[in-house]
Amino acid sequence: MMIAPIDTPVLSVRGLSIALDTRDGHAVPITQDVSFDIARGEVLALVGESGSGKSVTALALMQLLGANLKVARGEIALHTQDGFRADVAKLGARGKGIEAIRGARMGMIFQEPMSSFSPIHTIGQQIAEVVTVHEDVGRKAARARAAELLGKVGIPDPVGALDRYPSEFSGGMRQRAMIARALICGPSLLIADEPTTALDVTIQGQILELLRSLQRDLGMAILFITHDLGIVAQMADRVAVMYSGRIIESAPVRDIFRRPAHPYTRALLDAVPRLGDIDRGRRIRPIAGSVPNIFDVPPGCRFHPRCPVAVLPRCAELQPPRYASGRHEVECVHGEKVLA
Amino acid sequence: MTTETASRPQAAEGPSATALLTVKNLSVRFPTRTKGFFAKPAGYVSAVDHVSFEIARGETLGLVGESGSGKTTLGLAVLRGVEPTAGTVELAAGGGTLAVTSLDKQALRRSRHHMQMIFQDPYASLNPRMTVRDIVSEPLIAGAGDWGRLSRRQIDDRVLDIAVKCGLSKDQLKRFPHAFSGGQRQRIAIARALVLNPALVVCDEPISSLDVSIQAQILNLLADLQESLGLTYLFIAHDLAAVAYVCNRVAVMYLGKIVEVGTTRQVYYKPKHPYTEALMSAVPEPDPDAPRRPILLTGERPDPANPPSGCRFRTRCIYATALCAERVPPLRDLADGHMVACHHADQLKLRGALDFAGSERQEATDDRF
Repeated sequence: MMIAPIDTPVLSVRGLSIALDTRDGHAVPITQDVSFDIARGEVLALVGESGSGKSVTALALMQLLGANLKVARGEIALHTQDGFRADVAKLGARGKGIEAIRGARMGMIFQEPMSSFSPIHTIGQQIAEVVTVHEDVGRKAARARAAELLGKVGIPDPVGALDRYPSEFSGGMRQRAMIARALICGPSLLIADEPTTALDVTIQGQILELLRSLQRDLGMAILFITHDLGIVAQMADRVAVMYSGRIIESAPVRDIFRRPAHPYTRALLDAVPRLGDIDRGRRIRPIAGSVPNIFDVPPGCRFHPRCPVAVLPRCAELQPPRYASGRHEVECVHGEKVLA
Repeated sequence: MTTETASRPQAAEGPSATALLTVKNLSVRFPTRTKGFFAKPAGYVSAVDHVSFEIARGETLGLVGESGSGKTTLGLAVLRGVEPTAGTVELAAGGGTLAVTSLDKQALRRSRHHMQMIFQDPYASLNPRMTVRDIVSEPLIAGAGDWGRLSRRQIDDRVLDIAVKCGLSKDQLKRFPHAFSGGQRQRIAIARALVLNPALVVCDEPISSLDVSIQAQILNLLADLQESLGLTYLFIAHDLAAVAYVCNRVAVMYLGKIVEVGTTRQVYYKPKHPYTEALMSAVPEPDPDAPRRPILLTGERPDPANPPSGCRFRTRCIYATALCAERVPPLRDLADGHMVACHHADQLKLRGALDFAGSERQEATDDRF
């Protein structure tokens, strides 16, 4: 399905399947056959509803899966600018191998800035720690770097902020501090998992603007995980849409919004209320039913019970084929016709 | 369902024939940090500060603002879920005018069936040990107004009727909340709120914990129920696009005060308060070709326990002048009921939702399939 990019991508995920070990010894697949590339300096948005597998995919990239989750199959090839190469899927959750990556070549920011910081250490300690772990740098130099980064992410009085505790920061400021911590080692790839969901809309705008300008200045790639199509439209170069553990469509951002090829993507776009809709006098169209339970996924195409254009019985029996036209790829029986 | 008890008592023409809810100068203050058990509070936070508004019968008033603006507290205070410190709430229901703020505990309990609430988190608002039938019938058994005199059979009929209206099936009534998804749980919560046939429903962020595809289902359901049951909503939300979709009028709150209120069209298309403009500009438009919007709001919300002097928004306002620090701007009627609390509302040329929106949405066509 993938067309070899001209440049080697920073991250190339191939056939990633993550499984949950249940108590009775079964392995329940959470994601299946997830493949995507992120080029240098590119922003890829991974979009999906809750339970679609987007966060778990992000955690797997950092070897941060919980105890009963594991990578069942697949490859996570990281290839950074300094010539470093590794298949993250083959590394353990601990040890030198993953430590050379996590926090250094790959940074991550989370939805909840409060629970991502230790409440009993200062902001300065927690940011400087990242540098001292990954680089041969003294305490003083690490503190200076932390202050520099805090300034860069727009925290007023960065030197004073070093000695403050997370609880003294507002939500927006904590999120800025988390971004500083994720970026302090100059990662090639930043994974941002719903970084603005817990924030107010006006603060969200500030954080998105900050991420955009940092991304431009530092030339890093971002994997941006979100459920908000407004944020996707503003941030992404390319989009991958997940549904029930599979990437069902991926394309450059404009194609996703202008020529969505998967019935789910189209339905999702139709279900979003928009600011200018007051006068248009139309109802937003909901998607019937709900996202399938991961323990009880429908056979065939996972979207078929909710799909308005399902071809029965075929869609209920067979996994739909993948079609591609240029960089626009879709998993749907109608794919060939729609992409033509 | 017996039609006598189920049909809403026709409210007599009150003093204000159109207003169902009249809120005047409502304030809620919370004490801040006390030192020691018996010590007096160190100060007060005005979560809601002298707020006045009306909602007409059958109308939906949206209440928007950032977290900490006091919108949830205001919604609760209207129902006396928290006790207001000052001000009055009147509800034209039950054949007369109900002075909600001066009812004693018993009378309040007897009047509860006129006003109900839907909460944000359907995972927290439903008792996991009760079946759907028990959850939805509980208000009937608690027995406010005429509802206390129903037989078991009548209760079952009433529960089934409202459950079906909310999109639940008869079989589902026997099940427990854990068997339901978020959207279905919210349907149960809506059925529970509507089973007493209330006149006013306060919806506190009813869709913000739901997935996008489910949000639309619930929004459409609320709109359908309003039409068929003649409901009046106070719709609290931070999602401006959803509010535009369901509300006739919108009130914008900032730090405990209403800074602007008007019809949805007035507020969204021709905002008169700089904070409203900033809110509109911050909503990311789901369109990659939409123009990048300027960031109109810098800094963060001030501490509500220690609000700025004069206009509370002035510390973040790009149009603020010396006057704004000196005098509190009153909420005044600019034209046609469009009220705004800004000294400079007459001079400012602010941008509205359409100025920030992208190109017209392309109607998806099905002919490619």
